[in-house]
Amino acid sequence: MKRRSFVSVLALAASIAAIGTPSAFAQQKTVKVGILHSLSGTMAISETVLKDVALMAIEEINAKGGVMGMKIEPVVVDPASNWPLFAEKARQLITQDKVAVVFGCWTSVSRKSVLPVFEELNGLLFYPVQYEGEEISKNVFYTGAAPNQQAIPAVEYLMSKDGGGAKRFVLLGTDYVYPRTTNKILRAFLKSKGIPDKDIDEVYTPFGHSDYQTIVANIKKFSQGGKTAVISTINGDSNVPFYKELGNQGLKATDVPVVAFSVGEEELRGVDTKPLVGHLAAWNYFMSIKNPENSEFTKKWGSFAKAKNIAGHKDKPLTNDPMEATYIGVYMWKQAVEKAKSFEVDKVRPAVYGQTFKAPSGFIAKMDEKNHHLHKPVYIGEVKADGQFSIVWKTKGPVKAQPWSPFIPGNDKKKDEPALMADKKV
Amino acid sequence: MLLQGKGAAALAALFISASAFALDRSALEKLASDDNDEKIAAIAALVAEGDPKAADVLKSAAEGEIEVDGKKVEIVVNNRVRARIAEALSVLKLLSPDNAERHAAATALTGGADPAMLPLVLKARDAEQDPAVKKLLELATAAMQLRSEDKETRLAAIRALAGSDNKALLVEAASDADEDIKRAAQSTLREMDDRLVWGEWLGLAFAGVSLGSILLLAALGLAITYGLMGVINMAHGELIMIGAYTTYVVQGWFRGSALFDFYLVAAIPAAFVVSAGVGMLLERSVIRWLYGRPLETLLATWGISLVLIQAVRTIFGAQNVQVENPAFMSGGIQVMANVVLPWNRIFIILFAAGVLVAMWALLSKTRLGLYIRGVTQNRSMAACVGVPTARVDTWAFGLGSGIAGLAGCALSQVGNVGPDLGQGYIVDSFLVVVFGGVGQLAGTVYAALVLGFANKLLESWSGAVLAKIAVLVFIIFFIQRRPQGLFALKGRAVEA
Repeated sequence: MKRRSFVSVLALAASIAAIGTPSAFAQQKTVKVGILHSLSGTMAISETVLKDVALMAIEEINAKGGVMGMKIEPVVVDPASNWPLFAEKARQLITQDKVAVVFGCWTSVSRKSVLPVFEELNGLLFYPVQYEGEEISKNVFYTGAAPNQQAIPAVEYLMSKDGGGAKRFVLLGTDYVYPRTTNKILRAFLKSKGIPDKDIDEVYTPFGHSDYQTIVANIKKFSQGGKTAVISTINGDSNVPFYKELGNQGLKATDVPVVAFSVGEEELRGVDTKPLVGHLAAWNYFMSIKNPENSEFTKKWGSFAKAKNIAGHKDKPLTNDPMEATYIGVYMWKQAVEKAKSFEVDKVRPAVYGQTFKAPSGFIAKMDEKNHHLHKPVYIGEVKADGQFSIVWKTKGPVKAQPWSPFIPGNDKKKDEPALMADKKV
Repeated sequence: MLLQGKGAAALAALFISASAFALDRSALEKLASDDNDEKIAAIAALVAEGDPKAADVLKSAAEGEIEVDGKKVEIVVNNRVRARIAEALSVLKLLSPDNAERHAAATALTGGADPAMLPLVLKARDAEQDPAVKKLLELATAAMQLRSEDKETRLAAIRALAGSDNKALLVEAASDADEDIKRAAQSTLREMDDRLVWGEWLGLAFAGVSLGSILLLAALGLAITYGLMGVINMAHGELIMIGAYTTYVVQGWFRGSALFDFYLVAAIPAAFVVSAGVGMLLERSVIRWLYGRPLETLLATWGISLVLIQAVRTIFGAQNVQVENPAFMSGGIQVMANVVLPWNRIFIILFAAGVLVAMWALLSKTRLGLYIRGVTQNRSMAACVGVPTARVDTWAFGLGSGIAGLAGCALSQVGNVGPDLGQGYIVDSFLVVVFGGVGQLAGTVYAALVLGFANKLLESWSGAVLAKIAVLVFIIFFIQRRPQGLFALKGRAVEA
């Protein structure tokens, strides 16, 4: 008991000092922002770079004078691919560190875990990854794709003549909310296109699964029944053994194309991509897109990675879609703060609506005035031998997000904006 | 109609080529167009000329670049176009004088090709001398004639395809409007099914043995430290992880050298030595003070496992590191039409067998093995006849740890290498050892294989998630009914 009180006194003293110093010697005030990405565990393969790219955007903003004359001070925490820990860390960021905004999460299960915290404490989260929709929270801005901005166009492409005219589908995913919901939407979509249930196979594996022998063999067998495509919602480091097995068992993209929704340039880093040429990914951004914004973005990332000695990227810098979405998110928040002239969540939120940013995807990304999602272009790319993607299909322009997918019954009655507290209580 | 049109274009190109000696420029331009239909027509046109130069153009086109009028043009090649290019290249190779090359090309074409190329393939078939290649080309032409306008041709094609293993070709015909064609296709499909069912079982059996060999490797070390010595070593998984990281480090030394493909030769002993060293250090410093106190051992080794994980995180970073397969371990061997056995798994099975034999020899043929067996069976008697029991404990623990290191080296070839690697295997390892019967090596082998098979069989039937649960539930019930495991030592041999 004695020791504990001593510790708390110490902590109190430290926090007084912490509050005291900047105001006493303030050259420049700072504003804290939280970064909540797994830096260890199964999702570290995907999330670590999002932390780094957020730091890069913050450094850029600080170099140009910060936001409203204040330097941004990032607070980085590691929730370690542990979903309940995400909620704890989010609470810590908002209540102890008093951050103005949080950039973070990848898996939907982690987002669902922090959601009650952000709603209870009225925090603000920028979520940078494609997801299954079925959610609009007033405390979250979704800068990744909704199903109609990624999954549905990808499946339409696979069914088209150029995509191979697939008639049978294997829906393969990691066992959690994002793949399950996405596959529910896709199943309904495929049914609406006249694909019967017997031509759809749904397979799930646990997080961190590493033995894909049987699954790849089963895909092969399934593909004997007609032109088959695989829709992969495998997340995290399981993708490496999955693609290795595909290559080893000689399942070629010209026979059975695999389109992935959570595999980008970064996930393929550890894989020999030569046997995988032609497998697909659908995103709103690829590193190989050619336009001035993107070449500047990739160049900046390359020199940042070198300066910060980021493992892997210092020798071979790679950018991907969630990185771009993170980058857009940080800038949109900055612009909104400047518009609102305040860091208060309730004032920043309306200022984010309608915000635009010239994104590396080559289009002007616009935050919808109501539904908290971005208007984004959709690209479909095929893996090349060097691990990059060649773009084989794209939309003419940005597409508005439909977080409430029309392929889930009952969604037609839901409003395309965050529910008010009064509605929620019912 | 469209197909016919393309065929006509190909024929037209054939006539033009008779007079022209250079590559058809209009075809090149079409190849550079944005429309994939145009590209495919152009590919057919280029092939129809039969010009060996066409092969070079098509090869560079597959990589996304062609030369028109001396200027390099980038083109987008998607799967559909790439498949056509691959077919075209195979068709061109049918003219090669090399037997092996023609054989490979004909094999590639058995899945069918653009009907525009049929005349060329027919010509090649009629000119073919080698019986094996000729047979393959007959399958190829049959696959291409499946959608012919003429019913007799189609029926003949369907019958000819009975020799093929590619069911996908016939699916469309099996639901054709024409009764005769439908019946013929369905009977051919049944014939194929009978042949392919063996392949399925073989594939499943291989997957079972492969998983079994991985489980065996992970559990063998534990069979010594826990099975023979009775130490509940929760850090066993981390010793595996250390082996995997050692492989990663050794791989780093070999990078860029001509001997890179053989880095495993150095990595295997290195992984053994490093893990054994760490194990012996643990035994000397912590575990030997805790013999006979299982609960304390469990807690202490669990603590050690956390320390080791964090140490690796600090040294190598929290992210996974990449361990590449040597070139000869990539790809696989096609044993049947629907069974490909990946090389890396074949090597691991052989490796596991090798480790098992070496360990058996060590335990039963050497003095150290005799000491280890003596000490585990009756410690005080062994001490009385002059066996240095404390030192034997250290060596035995080192041996178990070293084998865990070997397992890590093998696992780095099939899975991800990260600080948490060991956590995924510790439960499986204990399951195998307990299921097989503590104090028993043969039991461990059988248990690993049984669990491997059961897992794979259930997985193909109920999915990976349920399979894992089912196996766990089965073992819980099994251990309740038979706590001593599959094979139990009888008599007074085991200490306490």
